[in-house]
Order: sequence, then structure tokens, then C-alpha cells
Amino acid sequence: MILKNSKILLEVCDLRATVNGTEILKGLNLTVRSGEIHAIMGPNGSGKSTFSKILAGHSAYEITGGTVLLEGKNLLDLAPEERARAGIFLAFQYPIEIPGVVNSQFLRLTYNTVQTHRGHEELDPLEFDDFVREKMKLLEMNPDFLERSVNEGFSGGEKKRNEILQMAILDPRLAILDETDSGLDIDALRIVANGVNQLANENNATILVTHYQRLLNYIVPDYVHVMEAGRIIKTGGKELALELETRGYDWVGIENDAAARATA
Amino acid sequence: MSATLENLVNQPYKHGFVTNIETDVAPKGLNTDTIRMISAKKKEPEWLLEFRLKSYEAWLKMEEPGWQNVHHPKIDFQAISYYAAPKQKPKLKSMDEVDPELLRTFEKLGVPLHERMALAGVAVDVIFDSVSVATTYKHKLAEVGIIFCSMSEAVTDHPELIQKYLGTVIPPSDNFYAALNSAVFTDGSFCYIPKGVKCPMDLSTYFRINTEESGQFERTLIVAEEGASVSYLEGCTAPAFSSNQLHAAVVELVALDNADIKYSTVQNWYAGDENGIGGIYNFVTKRGLAKGVNSRISWTQVETGSAITWKYPSCVLLGDNSVGEFYSVAVTNHYQQADTGTKMIHIGKNTRSTIVSKGISAGHSNNSYRGLVKVAASATGARNYSQCDSMLVGQQSGAHTFPYIQVANSSSQIEHEASTSKIGEDQLFYFAQRGIDAETAVSMIINGFCKDVFQQLPMEFAVEATALLSFKLEGSVG
Repeated sequence: MILKNSKILLEVCDLRATVNGTEILKGLNLTVRSGEIHAIMGPNGSGKSTFSKILAGHSAYEITGGTVLLEGKNLLDLAPEERARAGIFLAFQYPIEIPGVVNSQFLRLTYNTVQTHRGHEELDPLEFDDFVREKMKLLEMNPDFLERSVNEGFSGGEKKRNEILQMAILDPRLAILDETDSGLDIDALRIVANGVNQLANENNATILVTHYQRLLNYIVPDYVHVMEAGRIIKTGGKELALELETRGYDWVGIENDAAARATA
Repeated sequence: MSATLENLVNQPYKHGFVTNIETDVAPKGLNTDTIRMISAKKKEPEWLLEFRLKSYEAWLKMEEPGWQNVHHPKIDFQAISYYAAPKQKPKLKSMDEVDPELLRTFEKLGVPLHERMALAGVAVDVIFDSVSVATTYKHKLAEVGIIFCSMSEAVTDHPELIQKYLGTVIPPSDNFYAALNSAVFTDGSFCYIPKGVKCPMDLSTYFRINTEESGQFERTLIVAEEGASVSYLEGCTAPAFSSNQLHAAVVELVALDNADIKYSTVQNWYAGDENGIGGIYNFVTKRGLAKGVNSRISWTQVETGSAITWKYPSCVLLGDNSVGEFYSVAVTNHYQQADTGTKMIHIGKNTRSTIVSKGISAGHSNNSYRGLVKVAASATGARNYSQCDSMLVGQQSGAHTFPYIQVANSSSQIEHEASTSKIGEDQLFYFAQRGIDAETAVSMIINGFCKDVFQQLPMEFAVEATALLSFKLEGSVG
């Protein structure tokens, strides 16, 4: 929802980044205010996933220019775990399997770590069990999930649901969903989208990184950004996504070129 | 490897200090005179001196084994001092009489004896540089007929038992290091559980090497009579020295009909520094004889220390329906080398064995599992299940598995499962993205990996082992 006088949560200014010497982000600008849902769309290789990993602090990327502020604080100074504690949440495109680590223990540890950082009380295993089971209902998850190793042997849909469950538990300020719709059948997509919608409120914001418009039928964005070659080249409302679907990404590029010529 | 991880893995050895206690050290070198000196110092009976001399003769004819997957400079056995005893007052009656310096050593190790005794109810037979200093709870155990004392005392007080069992499971000619141990062992523990007695508490021994260049040759013998059962804990740490020290212990277990022996080890001897300089050579022979019907021998080990570990706690399943178990976690880091595993020798009918081995290699270390499952023609209906999992941490470490299976009875059933995995940056990033730092993440992954083994450890040991593993490994991922 677009709110009047809402706070700026994330402010990205002229962000540039490289991986192994290749420039992936080439001056990206984005402002996200609390309460808003942003969709970042774009063709493969446009830098969408890179952008989400950079926000989370992945060490593979080198920041070569620009600034990123989270609620006015320099995000780039923070280690990945500090960013998470400060309220950045990344739902991974490919959630990794962690054999031997029981999901319930993992979830409780992450919950307690973040809660402690926010000055709240930790939950003991019994309290947490009640808490997490309540959250699982939201995602129509089988409680058996709790006793399995983190993501190990999970189907694609189960992994994605487990990501959103973690989002529900951690209650982030800014959630970044990286291709969360990929690998989901229509029922799972509905469940996941429903979870995301219920978690969105006026104090947080969501960035959906997606290739297809399909997800946006279920989670309606306030803004749609089109990314190409490491920059956001067009921003519009939810109708932009539909236009993209009918006309393709090439259209944005052509239109932009025309606009550039017109102003020249 | 990221900087924080590097820092974590390079933490210095926590237990690295030398206690300043005057020691009585034998001149370097090994010959019959050295052996006679050890025997005389310990006021041993003639038969034991004979045992030592025969072992020495056998040792002279043997060659150092070369098949294990470890590398080290040739050991000069004449450059080792074979005896070191703390100089001390005559026999101590209580802990109050123990050298305060020595007690402080244990405090530093986090093993305050008083607390341990009081809180855990554990009888600790303290070995300090080869001689027992204090034996606790002995009287309480004596009430139910259990003998738990140093090997030296046992030789004096229970010669008939020692003579009956010493060297019966591991004969002096068994292997090079066992022969050496049999010739020069200085002390160790003896434990005897009489018929039908369930030992009311876990028995524990702390070993510690404290004199530079002094080899440690511990000798442990545990006998469980018919229907008896005991859980024995062995834990080790050693101070940091720059030159290598040889440790060649021998542990023998005998379980008679329906007897049950559980032997747990946490080994954390000095492993050398991050460049592989120094550290203990830990060449140990451990074997249990499940002699009686329905007897059970269970080994659980957590091996984290030593520059080189070479040990195969084994079970000879002689009695019908006897059971052998081996649960192992071996962790190597920096330039450590471990070649460890077990031998399960099935002789009796319907004998069963279980092997669960978890090897974790970090840094430039090499970790090998070597195991033998042997089913004799007589072992009708024998069954074995083996599971060997390796985890690689970082880019330079190595994991190796050498499983040997020899079956001479077609009714037997053998299962072997193996896996190799890796702690990767991606896993750590996943944890970090959920607010969890690398240290905690590694510890959680490792503990998950080792869960099946840790479950076998007595409670307080499991806690210690978990902490130890985290300490050894944190930050080695990259």
C-alpha cells in the first residue's frame, strides 16, 4: 500500500557492483517506503538476483560505488548477519540444504538471535513450538517439517514455503523475495502469496524479484520496476507488469531508446 | 577464507601451558637396563619384568608399520625418555594432600576435581605424567566389590587378576607399538567389575602429558565378569610443546558372559601449531574381547587432538550373540593427520556389530577411516552395519575411506553406507542471512553431523565434546 508521509525504509543510490571484475550493477537507484510492495522484473542476466544478494551482503560481490541506506543507516557497513538482525530478509531462490540440522532448532535459533538483537525475550523450546505451529498454519505446512533437517529432501515448493515461514517468524522490516514463484505449482503459489500478503503491513516493505508476471496476480505490487543491464530503466504501477507480459522486455528498451532520442 | 573465519580457526591451543612440578625423568634411550629401571622403580614382581623383557625382545624384531595413511619423520626411539614420575610425598590420603600446582593444572583444564567428584559423582583416577596421584571414590566402589585403581597398585594388590588378563586381548607381539608399550608401560588404570555387578557410576580417567620428550605408555585393563556392566570415560589434554611426543597406549577390555563394557574417549592432545609444528603422536592399540555369550563392547571416541592419530578400537566377538559397537568422531585441522577406525572380528554365532564413523577434515589436514569387518567361517548369522561419513571443510583438506570386508560365512549380512559432504560458504551465508554468525553456524552443522555419535556419550561428556568440536573447527570454512 502507498501511504502518505510514510518513512523511507531503503534508499539505494547509484549502486555499482562487480563480480570477478565484471560489472553487474551499473548505477542502480531505488527508494522503498514502509508499507510498499515493489516488484523488480527483468530478463535473465539483468542483475535482479545479484541486487537481492548484494542487499543481503553476499561476499561474492564487490561494491564499487553508490550507497545503500536502511532506515538511514549505511547497510553496506554491516556484515550479513547484522543486516539480517537489522531487518533485512532474503527469501532465497534456491534455499540450501543443511543436513543434520533440525529445522525446529534452526528456526528457534534464528528467531531468538534476531529477537535478542531487538531487545526482546527469547522463547524456550516449548513456547517456540506453540509460536511456530501457529505461523505454520498460515502456510498450510505439515508440522512434520519441524523435525526434518533444514530443507533436506524438501520439494521445491516445500523449500519456498519454509522460506516464507522464516519470514513470518523473523518479521523483517524489508523482505526480498528472490524468484519465490519459480518451481511452485499453482496451489503452492497461492499459499505462498497468501502468506506474503498477510505478513505485509504499514511498518514493513517487500521487494519481489521475479521473471514472470504470474506472481503479481496474487501479490499486487504498488510499483513495478524493470531492470536491464544492471539498472532500473522503467518504473510504473501494477499495470506495467501486464504490459510487459503482452509486449515483452524488448519493448521497454525500445521505448527508452525512443525517449532518449526525443529528449536529445 | 574470510578474515573472521581465519581468526576463529587460528585460536591457540587453550590448554597449552607447562606445569612446573619437579619430575623424576629417566635418561633417554631404550634397552634392557631402562626396562629393569622402570620395573625396579615401580617395585614390580619378577613375572612382570619378564613380561616386559619378552615384549622388548619381540619389539626388537618388529618393524615400524608403514601402511597407514600418515606421514612423519622417522621416530628415534633412543631419543625418548621412557619414565617420568612427579616427585611427591608418600601416598596421599585425600585430595587435600595433592600438590596444589597440580590441582591448578586441572583447574586450568576446566576439570576441577572437587567439583567433578561432587557434581558428576564420577570417580576420577588421575594420571599425571605416568603415575597415579589420587584415586577417588575407591572405597565406595569397593563396597560392591569393584576394583578401580592405577595399574601400579593393581600389580601390587591384585597380581592374580593382572597376571590372568594382562596381554590376553592384545599380546605383546600384536604390533610394533603394542610391543613397545608392553615393554615400557609406566602406569594406567585397572578396573574390575565382579560377577553380576552394575557399576553404580561412570568411571573416569584423565590423562595428561607434562614432561617434554617423555613418551607416555599407558596401560589400561578393564575386566567385566559375568553379568557385570561398566561405563568408562577417558579424557585427554596436553600442554603445548614444540617437539613431538610419542604416546603409545594399550587398552584391553574383557567382557565375560552377559557383561557390558562401554568405553568413551574424548581426546584433545596438543595437535601442533597452525603450521604443523609440534603435537603429539598418538599411536594407540585398543581392543575389546567380547568373550562371553551375549556380551557387549561399545567404543565411543571423539578424536580432536594430536598431530597424528593412529588407532583402531576393535572388538573381537568371540561369544555367541555378542555385540560390538564403534561410534567415532574424528576431527582434524591445520596439518593434523588421523588414520582411525575399527576392526570387528566376528567369530561367535549371531554376533552383531555397528560402526558409525564421522570424519571432519579442515585446513590442510587429512582424515582417514580404516575399518575391517571380518566374519569367520564359524560366525553363522553374523551381521554388520557400517556407516562412514566424511565432511570436508575448506579447500585443502582430505578425507579418505579404507573399508575392508572379509566374509567367510555365507549366512552373514553386511551393510556399508558412506557419504561425503562439505560445509560451504553458501550454507554459512544462509545462516548469516538469518542472523546467525559463522561460529554458531559451523558448530550447529558439525553437531548435526556428529549427532549419532554424541548420543552415545554420557551426558557431561557430550556437552564437553560439543564445545570442543566447535572450538577446534570454528572458522575453518572458506
